[in-house]
Formats: sequence, structure tokens, C-alpha cells
Amino acid sequence: MAEDVKGESVASNDESDRAASDESLSNTMLTEGSCLLRRMEICVAEAEKRSGKNAVSMQETYTVYLVETRPMDAIAEGRNPPPDSLWRRYSEFELLRNYLIVTYPYIVVPPLPEKRAEFVWHKLSADNMDPDFVERRRIGLENFLLRVASHPVLSNNEMLYHFLTKEHGWKEMVYETGFQTKVQADSRLRALSATFRVRSPHKRLVEMKHYSDGLQSHTSQLLRARTRVADRLYAVYKVHGNYGRVFSEWSAIEKEMGDGLQSAGHHMDAYAASVDDILEEEEHYADQLKEYLSYAEALRAVCRKHELSQFELEMASQDLISKKQQREELATGIVRTFSLKGMTNKLFGQEAPEQREAKLNLLEELIAEGEETVKEKTAECDEHAEKAWADIVRFKDQKDKDLKEAFINYALMQISMCKKGIQVWSNAKECFLKM
Amino acid sequence: MSVGAPRGLASSGQKLITEILHPLSAAEEPLSPGQDVTISAEKDKEPGLTNGTPVEISSPASASVLLSRLQLDCEPEADAHDAFGSGEPRDLFVTVNDPKKHVSTMETYITYRVSTKTTRIEFDLPEYSVRRRYQDFDWLRIKLEDSQPTHLVPPLPEKFVMKGVVDRFSEEFVDTRMKALDKFLKRVADHPVLSFNPHLNAFLTAKDLNKRQGLALLTKVGESVKNVAGGYKLRARPAEFSAMGEYLDTFSQKLGTIDRISQRILREQSEYLTELREYGAVYSTWAASEEQLQRPLEGVAGCVTTSCGALEDLSDNMSQDFLPVLREYVLYIESMKSVLRKRDQVQAEYEGRLEAAVLRKQEDRTPIPVEVEKCQDKVECFNADLKADWERWQRNKRQDFKQLLTGMADKNINYYEKSQAAWESLIPLLQEKQTEDKTSETN
Repeated sequence: MAEDVKGESVASNDESDRAASDESLSNTMLTEGSCLLRRMEICVAEAEKRSGKNAVSMQETYTVYLVETRPMDAIAEGRNPPPDSLWRRYSEFELLRNYLIVTYPYIVVPPLPEKRAEFVWHKLSADNMDPDFVERRRIGLENFLLRVASHPVLSNNEMLYHFLTKEHGWKEMVYETGFQTKVQADSRLRALSATFRVRSPHKRLVEMKHYSDGLQSHTSQLLRARTRVADRLYAVYKVHGNYGRVFSEWSAIEKEMGDGLQSAGHHMDAYAASVDDILEEEEHYADQLKEYLSYAEALRAVCRKHELSQFELEMASQDLISKKQQREELATGIVRTFSLKGMTNKLFGQEAPEQREAKLNLLEELIAEGEETVKEKTAECDEHAEKAWADIVRFKDQKDKDLKEAFINYALMQISMCKKGIQVWSNAKECFLKM
Repeated sequence: MSVGAPRGLASSGQKLITEILHPLSAAEEPLSPGQDVTISAEKDKEPGLTNGTPVEISSPASASVLLSRLQLDCEPEADAHDAFGSGEPRDLFVTVNDPKKHVSTMETYITYRVSTKTTRIEFDLPEYSVRRRYQDFDWLRIKLEDSQPTHLVPPLPEKFVMKGVVDRFSEEFVDTRMKALDKFLKRVADHPVLSFNPHLNAFLTAKDLNKRQGLALLTKVGESVKNVAGGYKLRARPAEFSAMGEYLDTFSQKLGTIDRISQRILREQSEYLTELREYGAVYSTWAASEEQLQRPLEGVAGCVTTSCGALEDLSDNMSQDFLPVLREYVLYIESMKSVLRKRDQVQAEYEGRLEAAVLRKQEDRTPIPVEVEKCQDKVECFNADLKADWERWQRNKRQDFKQLLTGMADKNINYYEKSQAAWESLIPLLQEKQTEDKTSETN
């Protein structure tokens, strides 16, 4: 495979080597269907502030992120080439994700890091420009790309590949796919289906939908509770700093006790200061929870889209049934159920045979179409359900694994916090013993 | 020192008051224990050790024991076994424990067992066990203050508690009070002067403490100190006593600050605890809706709960052990300050009388009356007593605070250790491989 790439790029002289290798790489990707991440090392290396005029010609400041890629085979061979890179804004990541959601409605698409800082404990900055926030966002964006590029289905997407390699003109390319029309169609359908129940819902997907609601509720509750805990913990630690000051003042009037008190006071100050790092580290745990909060929404969307599919199918079936009924009425002249036609027939008499003929023919066409539609939609629905279920199973395993890891990290953080606490108080105790 | 007594008044310093033979003791008038007293004491013409408190000396043997005790050197550093640093071999041990509730038609109250072990000859038996209530301790303290006004009497825990606010019979309250009473009694028992006070003896030994008999053991000095007329202005307070006063003021202030900080920490910890509990509960709720993650989530919830319990213990400890001792020291400081004030008054009186006497002498050659000299002696005695008590108080303070603060550190360490242990035991559980195999379901 690597040889193919090299061979092809040597052969074509008109195009730049890069473009050729791009093309062949992309071809290989699309045809081989294996994970992009195995072929390409991806990272979001840096963040930078930029200023510019936005769409409505207003001056704005925004952050751009450096996306770097390197071919895996080169690395494996130990060549260590410099990475290719381009700058992307958060909004471009959003565009990519929206495109993927629309293109693969049966896939639980990995989420982006939060757009605005939420679940913020009070000392933490809620400012999007805050360097800590930007740093955590950089990590989140990288995580997003890694997840997408390692997904068995998503990693094959061409727009993803271009996102990573084509700095200019990528946005236009995405818009050209016309994916927005699907978005509009979906939202219209959603509005329509809001009041209708699906007749024969897919049992497992409905269960999944309920599960996703639960997951969303639990993770957001947890995040809120954690914020409150963080605020309180901060207060407890900081008040201990007051001991530092008063011990210092007290030591001034003591003779033998003075030194011990003074040193102990310093340890109290250190204790109070230690909470900042502790809580900063915990933000990573919060970020992991936030990821799964968003994942819950993505999961729900997949289930919901299947419902919509189902709904469309049922609508098409209904339509087919009613058309068939109409045909029957026309053909036999018997009106089974109450209908306007039946009434008008009774009132005004039946129409002329030529008209009836024409109508019947039209109906036959429509019925044929309708049957096709129902067949298509049924296949669509089933395919959707099958693919969705496969991805959901994958997602569940990933979630269990990821969250277990997150809990392990959290436990390690707590242990570290306890160790620090023991250290500080032991130091203070030694000072007290010397009093 | 202007007293010509051959015994020689030792200058105040390292020596304890027990070693200083009081110049006035020989001229001491016998006190008349006219009323019923529970202590038998032969008072006539017995030399007193301290400023007037009679001591029972009934045999030559006991006199020599007394003498040997007098010749003991006072150790500058606190004896490791003697928490109160008197430096003498302890021969009087007291303990307060075993609280019991008594319900009568008139009232409900708590009594405590007061156990005494001693080799002192002032006590008839080597061991005693009596029951006392707070009122009895209060009586003892008043008696001690009255009869030894030049000495610092340790404080008692607060007398009054708001009946609606604090439960006087709750385990915590009773326990805290009992510890404070125990401390009070131990301090008195360790005091070289106060521990020989007959009121203490009565308190420790009498079956029924008949408090209505005021043991009229008020010494001449005691009386005169009590009856010092106000209105004498102090001219020149010796620098060391001023320094003591300043120290006490600042120290009291700092203790107040520490008290406030500690209370604030307790409040914040309580709020933290509330939030932490809710936080743990969310993990439990979530666990119910998961399969593979159920045990990990419940594990996390369990660790949070354990931490909550440990935190509660820490807070309880602080409020029951730490804060009461802190507050008691503030009371102690107030006692000390009032003794300093009394000293000032005694000195002021002396200065006033001296001035008046000197003027009269200048006028009509009246010799300076003996009272004035007695006043001077009073001042010097008081100063000596005070200095000795001050030294002892400083030593005790150092020990007490060392103990208090290391206790606080220990409790905090304990809390973190418990929490750490819980989280550490969770890690292997979390790292456990999934045991169920995942069979793909078919719809």
C-alpha cells in the first residue's frame, strides 16, 4: 500500500506530489474501508488567537486550532517526517460534525467539546477566551478527531479526509454536498411526527432511547452536583489559610512556641493553596462526563431518526392502503367506507366511464409507485435499524470502557488529594510537636 | 525585702511558693473554725506553709515529710509524665468520669464520679470515690478563689446553658463538660498551693458535701486582699506584670480569632458534607440503570459515603474536643487577668498607705505603722505567688496547646487516611475484567 502511494506519485508529473498522494491515499481509504487513524497520525497541536471580520463585517476575535497529520507508515519506518498542518476554527469542526450526523443518521457520532463553558464552579472562568478553557477545548477537539478517525464507518468519509488535509475550500466542498437540504427535510418531518405515535415501534431502539434519556439525566445531575461539591471544597481549604495568618501573629508574642507556630502557619498556607491544582485536575474528569452527556444526545438522535424513518414508512403504507381502497371503490363502484366520493356519487351520480378509466389508470400508477416507495422505505428502515444497532453495541462497549477508565482516574485523583492532605498535616504536626 | 525575719524571704523566682516560708506565718492568728467543718485541723500556732493556709501537722514524722517536700528543687522543664509541669513527684491523682443522670421530683441533673488516689497524709484514706455535680465544682472554685486570691484558679466550663438551645443531657454536651471538669480538677490537684486547700480535700472526700457551711478558712491575707479598698491609684506597675497583661490581651485576641476560624471551617465542612452526600447519591441512582457499569458506579458511591463518614467524625471531633478547650483557655486568661488586677490593687493600696504614712512621719514624726509594712509584705507575697503561677501557667499552656494542635493535625490526617483507604480499595474493583460475554442480540 505504501508502495502504491509512492509509485503513483512518481508516475504522475503534472499534479503535485502531494495532490497525487492525497488522491491515492483517499482512494485507498475509501476502497479498503479500514480505519483512517491507522494510516494517519492526527493531533490538534496548538491554539492561537486570531482577529478578523466576520460574516456581518464586524471585528471579532476567535481561536484557531492547528490540526497536524503525519502518515503512519513513515513513522513506522522511523522516518519521522514533519507533519502537514492546517488551521481550523471550532465552527469548522461543528460543520464537519453536522455533516457526519446527516450523512450517517444511524451512527452515534462522537461529540465535540462544549461550545460554552457550562457546569462551572464559581472560581473557574466561564470565558471562552480563558487559556485553561482553550487548552481543554484543544484536547476535546483532538479527542473528537481521534474518535471519528478510528470509527469503522465514519473514518472512511471523504469530507473528513479533506477536513484534515485541505485548508481552503473545504467548507464550500461540504456545502456542495447539499447536506443541508436533508437537515431541512428532517426538521419538517420531525415537526410533523411530533403529534403522531409510531404504530409498531422498534422495541430495542425504544429501550435505547429511554436509556439515552437516563444517561443524559444522570451525567448532567452528576456534573451539577460535582460543581457544588467543588465550590464547597474550595471554601474549606481556603479558610484554613486564615490559620496561617493567625499562627504567624500569635508566634510573635511567644518565646519557645514561636518557631513551631510560625512554621505550622506556613503549612496551613500551603494547604489552602493546594486546592487550586486539585480542582483544576478534576476538570478533566468533568470533561469526560461532559463527553458522555453529549454522547447521550447523539444516541438519542439515532433512535429518534429511526422513529422518523419508521414514521415515514408508516405514512407511506397508509397512503398506499388508502389508494388501494380508492381503486377498489372505483373498480367496483361500491363504497365501503364513508367518503366524500361516496357522498358525491350518491348526490350527483357517478361519473362518466372515460373519466373513471383515466382515474383508475392514474391510481394504478400511483399504487405502483407507492408500493415501490413502501418497499424502499421498509428496506431503509430495516437497514437503518440494523446499522444503528451495530453501532449502538459498539458504542455501549466503548462507553463502559471509557467511563470505567474515567472512574479509575477519578479515584486516583482522590487518592492523590488525600496523600497531599496527609503530607501537609503531618508537616504541620511536626511543627506543633516542636512547639 | 525589709522583713527582718531570720527565715529570710526568698526572692521570687524559680522556687515554688511551697519553699518560701512566709514571714507572717509565725504571727498568724489562729483561725476559729467555729462552725461545723468536715476537716479536722489543729490550727493553734502551727506554722503555715503558704500565706496562711493551715496544714495539719500532727506528728513529728509528718513534719519531716513536709520539710523534705520543702527542700525539693523545682525543675525548670516540665516532667514528661507530669502534664502540668510542677516537677514534683505526683502524690495526688484525681479523675472525673462516669456521668449519670439523676431524676428527682424537683430537678434532673447529672453527677460525675470523682476518684482520688493519694499518698498524702492530709487524706485519711489512700483512695476515695464520690459523686459530684456541676454545682459542687462551682462551689469549690468559688471557695478556692476566695481563700487563695493571690493564686490563679483554673476555670470551669460555662455554667449556664440556654435551655432551649443546648441539650444539657446530650451525650456530646455531657462528655465535653466532663472532660473540662476533669481538666479543672487535675489542674487544681497539680497546683502546689491549691491542692492543699481544705476545700479541695472536702470536695474529694466528703460523702455529702455540705456547702452551706462556709468553711471559714479565709486567711487574714485573703480577707485583706478581698477588702482592698478601691480608689488607690497604681503608680508604677513593675514591667514584668505589664508585660504579662499585654501578653494576655494579645493572646486572648488570637484565641478568639482561632475560635472564629475554626467555627467557620466547621460551617464550611458541614456544607461540603451536604453536597458530597447528594453527589454520592447520584452515582447510586445512575448505577441502577447500568449493567457493566453498575458495580463501578456503586463502588464510587461507596467511597464517597465513606469519605462523608470520615468527614463527619473530623467535624464532631473539632467541635467537641478542640473548640471547648480553646474557649476554656479564654476563661483561663480572664482569670489570670483578674488576678493581675487584684495584684495591682494590693500594690496601689500599699503605695497609697506608704505615701500617707511618709507624709505623717514628715509632719509629726509618727513612725511608719506596722500595717504599712504588712502591706508591703502582701505585695511581695502576691508578686511571688503570681510569678510562680505565671511560670506554671505558661508551661501548662505550652503543653496544652501542643496537645491541642497536634490532636487537630492527627484528626485531619485520620480523615484523609480513611478516605484514601476507601479509594485505594476501589481501584482493583474498577480494573476488574468484564465477566459477562457479550452475545449480540437479534431483534
